[in-house]
Amino acid sequence: MIHASPNPPSAPLVEAQNLCKYFPVRARFFGKSRHLLKAVDGVSFAIEKGETFGLVGESGCGKTTVGRTLVRLYEPTAGAIRYDGQDISHLNRAALLPFRRRAQMIFQDPYASLDPRMTVGDIIAEPLRVQNLYPGKARDARARELLALVGLKPDHINRYPHEFSGGQRQRIGLARALAGNPEFIVCDEPISALDVSIQAQVVNMLEALQDQFGLTYLFVSHDLTMVRHISRRVAVMYLGAIVELAPVAVLYKHMQHPYTQALLSAAPVADPRRAAQAARIPLQGDVPTPIDPPPGCLFRGRCPKAVPRCAQERPALRDLGGGHLCACHLLE
Amino acid sequence: MHIDPEAYANLPAEDFAPLGDADRENEQIARPSTTYWQDVWARFRRDPLAMAGLCVLILVALAAIFGPMLSPFSYEDVDFLNGDMGPSSAHWFGTDRLGRDIFVRVLYGARISLTVGVVAAVINLVIGVLYGGIAGFIGRRVDMVLMRIVDILIGLPSLLYIILIMMALGSSIQSIVLALCFTSWIGTARVVRSEVMMLKSSEYALAARLTGASDFDILLHHLIPNCMGPIIVSTAFLIPSAIFSEAFLAFLGIGIQVPMASWGTLANEAIAALSSRPYQMFFPVAAICVTMFSLNFIGDGLRDALDPRLKK
Ligand SMILES: Nc1ncnc2c1ncn2[C@@H]1O[C@H](COP(=O)(O)OP(=O)(O)OP(=O)(O)O)[C@@H](O)[C@H]1O
Ligand code: SF4
Ligand SMILES: [Mg+2]
Repeated sequence: MIHASPNPPSAPLVEAQNLCKYFPVRARFFGKSRHLLKAVDGVSFAIEKGETFGLVGESGCGKTTVGRTLVRLYEPTAGAIRYDGQDISHLNRAALLPFRRRAQMIFQDPYASLDPRMTVGDIIAEPLRVQNLYPGKARDARARELLALVGLKPDHINRYPHEFSGGQRQRIGLARALAGNPEFIVCDEPISALDVSIQAQVVNMLEALQDQFGLTYLFVSHDLTMVRHISRRVAVMYLGAIVELAPVAVLYKHMQHPYTQALLSAAPVADPRRAAQAARIPLQGDVPTPIDPPPGCLFRGRCPKAVPRCAQERPALRDLGGGHLCACHLLE
Repeated sequence: MHIDPEAYANLPAEDFAPLGDADRENEQIARPSTTYWQDVWARFRRDPLAMAGLCVLILVALAAIFGPMLSPFSYEDVDFLNGDMGPSSAHWFGTDRLGRDIFVRVLYGARISLTVGVVAAVINLVIGVLYGGIAGFIGRRVDMVLMRIVDILIGLPSLLYIILIMMALGSSIQSIVLALCFTSWIGTARVVRSEVMMLKSSEYALAARLTGASDFDILLHHLIPNCMGPIIVSTAFLIPSAIFSEAFLAFLGIGIQVPMASWGTLANEAIAALSSRPYQMFFPVAAICVTMFSLNFIGDGLRDALDPRLKK
């Protein structure tokens, strides 16, 4: 149960330690000088085996970058990723192969993430082809089996992605992720691009598969309702950093960070059919860019409670007990 | 799972209950099953100019292959008694000064022209796709070096290196093809490079990387198939330009030599008697024009048919 053990003693399956991912950007405005876009800047968390860890935040706060770095689509600029105790932060492609079988990802955009020139069967079987699993006829059978598993017709293996709806495509992406029998899946906003009526179907399927295969999820979303429903613990991100992290019941009842409070107050919708409209968060002010961020609390420009200290010093994540972490000067 | 009743954003449990099959209606396949290439062919077929071009080109190709076999004349047989004859039922396009049948010689010219076009296209495809693909995919320093080399090559005056190659290797069909292909792949390489640069950060390329695929595997299985459209279009326009270049060079006297007959060589020979016997010039030039028009119409049709923006 959620309340029983917010910090279970078992070793985590996935662990991010002070994870940073910076992208070099060229700002034409300032001539030749190179700037760093700090998409992820010092993020730490640990995901237990079998749990669903939610990651929420506004568009552009670095959720996708965290997910992609965690499965090593990106190499971290600094910090470490530990998977099942092993540091995988800087392994090369060949050394990552065993990990690729264990950790997979569902992509944010169901339209862009399936190669339009490949049949559904080839798409799903690609991990098997690359890693030479299920050789020969077994591969075809496995692709059919996976399609049935995600609720599509096995005969669809000869079709092309453009023949499917968004929800169906997301199922195809899920089938591809499941092909090599992974234990950990990053779900990068798997439902945000879908019709509201189909979102619940996909979430249900994710939960059913989690039960069936004992999967561990990192569930990325900006839809607080869905995160609340599916996650055990939730981290709130703002501009590349985690500002609050807590078990779901604690977070939604006793949130401490001004940003989390603003996020939650802006999401009053109880009906999933209207939840899509709630995705936009009417916070005051613009999101600053993560390019060369100034010192101090990143949220202070929009924070209704800011104090002078917020401009000088960046607040660290503080443990409030019971697995509740929060980064704000007001909590001292 | 426990959900606090008075908290925000509460959902009744039935909202998360699996939907019955009836609710799957809106998940049905919306489009008929057609592959990309079936779509392309359907669009191409609707273009009358492109289809006309294709028919004419097929006719020219068939005539080039089988025509000389069926004709009683050979392209090099000299017959002084029947020189400079106008078109007749025996010699459809007439004869030249030495009495050679112009019809057969034009068909031989078609063989040479089509060969030049096809070989140029193949060389262009292989070099252009690999060069551009590697430059675009690896990027950074490799891309910089490869593109500077291309800039230098494209800066060379083409007549200069063509003449040098022809002098060094002699006037054979091989050397003219080599000379024509020396830089012609650059256009394709540039197209492929920019497409690959764009596609390599696409989510499906990332998804492929996540399967553990190597760079080369991703390039071969995902990126190149997805820029097939622009590759085909640039090749389609390269063929007529190679054919025309060959004819032009032959007309200037660089290239295929008599008694072999390229369309350009035939036109060159006909200059002397242009005013008295214009038909000797007319037929090879007409052959060049018809072929060029056909190929360009086909290229236009392919470009329109392959353009994904037209897809509904
Ligand atoms: N490959 C990249 N190169 C440069 N900048 C990038 C790259 N990927 C992401 N960014 C930048 O990093 C920041 C975080 O992006 P990210 O995609 O992780 O956000 P997100 O939280 O997933 O947003 P969304 O909700 O829109 O998906 C953004 O400012 C984005 O512009
Ligand atoms: S540290 Fe200051 S600016 Fe940042 S959230 Fe807390 S009060 Fe607001
Ligand atoms: Mg994202």
